Amino acid sequence: MTENLLEVHGLRTEFHSGGRRFAAVDGIDFAVRPGEILGIVGESGSGKSATLRSILGLIKPPGRVEGQILWRGQDIQGLAPAALRRIRGAEIAMIFQDPTSALNPVLTIGQQIRESLAAHTDLSATERQRRAIELLDLVGIPAAARRLDDYPYQFSGGIRQRAMIAIALAAKPALLLADEPTTALDVTIQDQIIKLILRLAAELRMSVILVTHDLGVVAESCDRVAVMYAGRIMETAPVASLFQTPRHAYTLGLLQSIPQGRAPRTPLPSIPGVPPRPGDVTKGCGFAPRCSFAEPECRSGRPEARRMAPHHLTWCRRADALPEPA
Amino acid sequence: MSTALLQVEGLTKGFAVRSSNGRTGRLQALRGVSFTLDRGETLGIVGESGSGKSTLARSVLRLIEPDGGTIRFDGTDVRALSGRARADFNRRAQMVFQDLYSSLNPRMTVRAALAEAIGVHRLRPRAAVADRIAELLDLVRLPQQAADRYPRDFSGGQRQRIGIARALAVEPDCLIADEIVSALDVSIQAQIINLLLELQDRLGLAILFISHDLRIVRHISHRVAVMYLGEIVETGPAEAVFAAPYHPYTQALLAAAPTLDPQRRGRQEALRGELPSPIDLAPGCSFSGRCPHVMERCRTMPPMLIPQESTRSVRCHLTEHSSPAEL
Repeated sequence: MTENLLEVHGLRTEFHSGGRRFAAVDGIDFAVRPGEILGIVGESGSGKSATLRSILGLIKPPGRVEGQILWRGQDIQGLAPAALRRIRGAEIAMIFQDPTSALNPVLTIGQQIRESLAAHTDLSATERQRRAIELLDLVGIPAAARRLDDYPYQFSGGIRQRAMIAIALAAKPALLLADEPTTALDVTIQDQIIKLILRLAAELRMSVILVTHDLGVVAESCDRVAVMYAGRIMETAPVASLFQTPRHAYTLGLLQSIPQGRAPRTPLPSIPGVPPRPGDVTKGCGFAPRCSFAEPECRSGRPEARRMAPHHLTWCRRADALPEPA
Repeated sequence: MSTALLQVEGLTKGFAVRSSNGRTGRLQALRGVSFTLDRGETLGIVGESGSGKSTLARSVLRLIEPDGGTIRFDGTDVRALSGRARADFNRRAQMVFQDLYSSLNPRMTVRAALAEAIGVHRLRPRAAVADRIAELLDLVRLPQQAADRYPRDFSGGQRQRIGIARALAVEPDCLIADEIVSALDVSIQAQIINLLLELQDRLGLAILFISHDLRIVRHISHRVAVMYLGEIVETGPAEAVFAAPYHPYTQALLAAAPTLDPQRRGRQEALRGELPSPIDLAPGCSFSGRCPHVMERCRTMPPMLIPQESTRSVRCHLTEHSSPAEL
C-alpha cells in the first residue's frame, strides 16, 4: 500500500466580499499519491485555483482556510511561515497561468533560477550556475547557456512558461501545483508544455496537480480527476472511467456541451442557466439549480459520496438515472 | 452562379513595430488574404496568435484601413465608400467582440444601448423602438427585465447575448464574430453556439467566425480557412478539411488540440518549435522552419494557394505529390 504524498480533509477556504463571508472551497477531500497526476477541472468560480492556493498557504487574511492539509502525514495547514517555507517552494512548487506576472521582470532567468537554488539547496555558486543551465536544457529551451542572461521580456509566452517550470524544478519538488499552465498559450505550444510536464513528472518521479478548465487537457494528461463545481467536488475517478461513464449530472452535462463527434451545425446539449456567483448559497447539491435530472431532495440536503466503482466516487443522488454519454 | 455577399481579394496590412533589440521593422499582419462569404453561410477563420485573424476582421470592416487589396460587399467596393454609403455598409456588416466589458458602455442600460443602435440608423419610428427592443431580447433569449439593467448585472454569457442583440438591432446581413466564445465557460459556450446557429437559420445571416478553438470552428462552420503568419494556408468545406487536412500546419493544429480521448496521452508533441518572428520572414514557405516534411524548395520558393479537388485550396509544395493525411 503506497502512502499518500498529500491528503486534504475537509478543506474550506473563505473569502470576504462586499461585507459577506463566502466559501470559495466548501469542504473537500482528496489525496495525491507519489508520481500521480491529478487533474482538478472546473469552470470559473468552481474553487479549483483557491484549492491550490490553500495548499501552498497563499490565502491571505481576511481570507481563511480550515481543514487538514497533510503533507507526508504532517498537517501543514496553519503552520508557522518559517516552517511552511521549508516545504513551500522546496517540496511543493507552483506554476501559474501567467508567467509574466510570476517572473521578476528586472532579473535575468539565470539569476532567478540561481536564487531559487540558493534558497533551497546547498550548491556552491559554480554548481548553481551549472545546474541553472541543466534546468533550462531540461525544460527544452534551446541554447540554454546563452539564454541564461536573457530577461523574461525577451522570451515568447511558451519559453517563459518553460522558464517558470525550470525555476519551480530548481529545488527538486515532489509535487508540482500547476494552475492553468497552458490556458494563455496557443494550441501547438499548449501541447508542447503539457508534454513537457508529463515527461518531467515521469523522469523526476514528481506528482502533479493540474488545475484546468479544459476536459481535453485532463483526458490527455491526468491519471485521476476531480470535477469541481461551486466549491465542492462533484465526482472523482480515474480518467478513463470518468470519460467513459461519468456518474454526475454536471460531468455529463459538461462532456456533452463540448462539440466533439457531433453532427456539424446541430444544437449542442448545453447546460441551462449560469454558474453560481460567489456567495450564492444552495442548501442542497450545488448543481441542482441547473440540473435537468434534479429531484426535490437534491435541493434540500448536501449529497453524500457514493462509490460507483473501486476508485470512482460521485456526489450525485441521481447517478443511477444518468444516461451513457452520447 | 450567385455572387458572394462578401468578396475579399489580396488583402494586405502591415504595421511599423520596434522589436526587443530596438530595431524598427515592418510586421506584415496580412499578406494577401482572399476569401468569399455567401449569404447564410458561416466561414470559420482559425489560427493561432500572430496568424492575422483579428487584423483580418478589423480590416474587412475598415476599423483599421488595409494597405492593399479589394473588399466587395454585395457587389460594391467597400474601400471606395464614403458618407451615407459607408454608413450603410457599417450597418449591414456588424462586429461582435470577445470582450463585452470594453465594448458596452457601463453607464448605459441594455435598453439605452439597443435604442441608440436603432436610432443611429433611423431604423424604426420612435414609437416602435420599445417593441423592437422586446423583440431583440426575445431573439437572444434574454428575459424582458434585462432591458433596464446595466452590463455589470450580467454574467459573461448574458453579456455576449447583449452584444449579439446590439449587433442585430441594426438588421445586418453579416456578422463578424471575433473570438466571441473564447472567454466563456464551456457550459456557456454551448449556449452561445446554439444561439448563433439558430439566429443564422432564422435571419439568413452570413457569419465570419474567428476563433482559435478548432472544435468550435468545426462545429459551427460550413467552410474554414486556416491562417498562419498572415496567409491562408488551407481552405475548404469544414468537414473535409478537418477529416483529412492537406497542409502540415493544419495537420499539426488538429493533432495538438486536446480531445476527450484518454488513449491519446502517449502521443508525441504535434509540432516542435515556435512561431518565427513575423518581422523578418524568411523567403519561401512561412511554415518551413517548423514543418516536419520540409523540402529544399520550401525554404526558397513561397508556395501558392493551389486548388485541390473542386472545393479546397492548399498552400503547400507537398500537395502536388501527396493526398491529405487521414487523421
